[in-house]
Amino acid sequence: MKSRHKRLLLIVGGVAVLGVAAVLVLNAFRSNLVFFYTPTQIAKGEAPKNKAFRIGGLVKAGSLTRDGLTAHFIVTDTSRETAVSYTGILPDLFKEGRGVVAQGKLQAEGQFVATEVLAKHDENYMPPEAKDAVDQAQKAARTLKP
Amino acid sequence: MSRSLVNWFKYASPASFYPLAGRMIPYFAAAAAVLGLAGLWIGLLVAPTDAQQGEGYRIIFVHVPASWMSMFVYCVMAFWSALGLAFKTRLSGMMTAALAPTGALFAFLSLWTGALWGKPMWGAWWVWDARLTSQLILFFLYLGFIALQSSIDDPRRADKAGALLALVGVINVPIIYFSVQWWNTLHQGASVSMTKAPSMAHTMLAGMLLMALAFWAYTIAVALARVRCIMLERELSSEWVKRNATE
Repeated sequence: MKSRHKRLLLIVGGVAVLGVAAVLVLNAFRSNLVFFYTPTQIAKGEAPKNKAFRIGGLVKAGSLTRDGLTAHFIVTDTSRETAVSYTGILPDLFKEGRGVVAQGKLQAEGQFVATEVLAKHDENYMPPEAKDAVDQAQKAARTLKP
Repeated sequence: MSRSLVNWFKYASPASFYPLAGRMIPYFAAAAAVLGLAGLWIGLLVAPTDAQQGEGYRIIFVHVPASWMSMFVYCVMAFWSALGLAFKTRLSGMMTAALAPTGALFAFLSLWTGALWGKPMWGAWWVWDARLTSQLILFFLYLGFIALQSSIDDPRRADKAGALLALVGVINVPIIYFSVQWWNTLHQGASVSMTKAPSMAHTMLAGMLLMALAFWAYTIAVALARVRCIMLERELSSEWVKRNATE
């Protein structure tokens, strides 16, 4: 084997070892790398107690009520739900049925009191006409279901 | 050794690569200008308004191509670094050094446009989620590479140290790319990927791809211009530089 081939093998091997190490480290820190917890994780007790954390999911359709400056809504991941209250101005993209990430604390009665609300949007980009067509098709599909 | 291989190795020598690079620069610069204008025209004037984000989404035409380039340029740097370490080719270190400032520029552009986009849409300039943090690390890796390389006077030792940093740091690139799949992040997933059909309207996609091609052409033109300067600097005393200077 020529020395330059030996060096190339050494480099490839070195990067591979580093990659495996990185995978192991990231796996070990998995829970710390999570930006938010889903309502299912909270129901399972995986979220930190007596400590601020973030909750993420969809704003349940029809759940938003306002009481002065305080907004109450339900965050759902379609299997579990968490009630959230927030006093302050909501971001423009905050809407029922859309993604949301809220930072705050879980109260004893299961109510999440948020200090900051961020809107999470999805990776779909389309003109309003296309969006209307998609909404119509979804509505049609729902009404056709028995 | 086959014939085509001999040909490739010919251009690994600065003396023969210098004039070739000089001839290629105008073409790539012109391509960058034309593609960039076409991309901006489609992106800002032709592409439809987004149903969710209104006109604000249009920053995507700079943000996404800049982010792609910042990751890709780092991969190319790692590739040249590996070649340089294994085959001791002089040109590899010069190419790596020539690409670093452009990569840093795109990483910064990605973070900056991301902040400008995040404030109106998410409600925050910056969040410490996995995607944003790993991209910030990429920017620091670029700065670290430039600092490390310029702090060592001997070019061969500087190249070696830089190459090691580039190779170690390349682990971060797949982490950036897959961060939105591996962890819960505020940043949305990829709209364009190799595994599924793009989830955006065709004109929007066309504008974004044109901008990406423009950034490619720009990167090649600028990197070639920079590598020519580095070649002259490093080989100042050699015969071919003197011949070039007198011509």
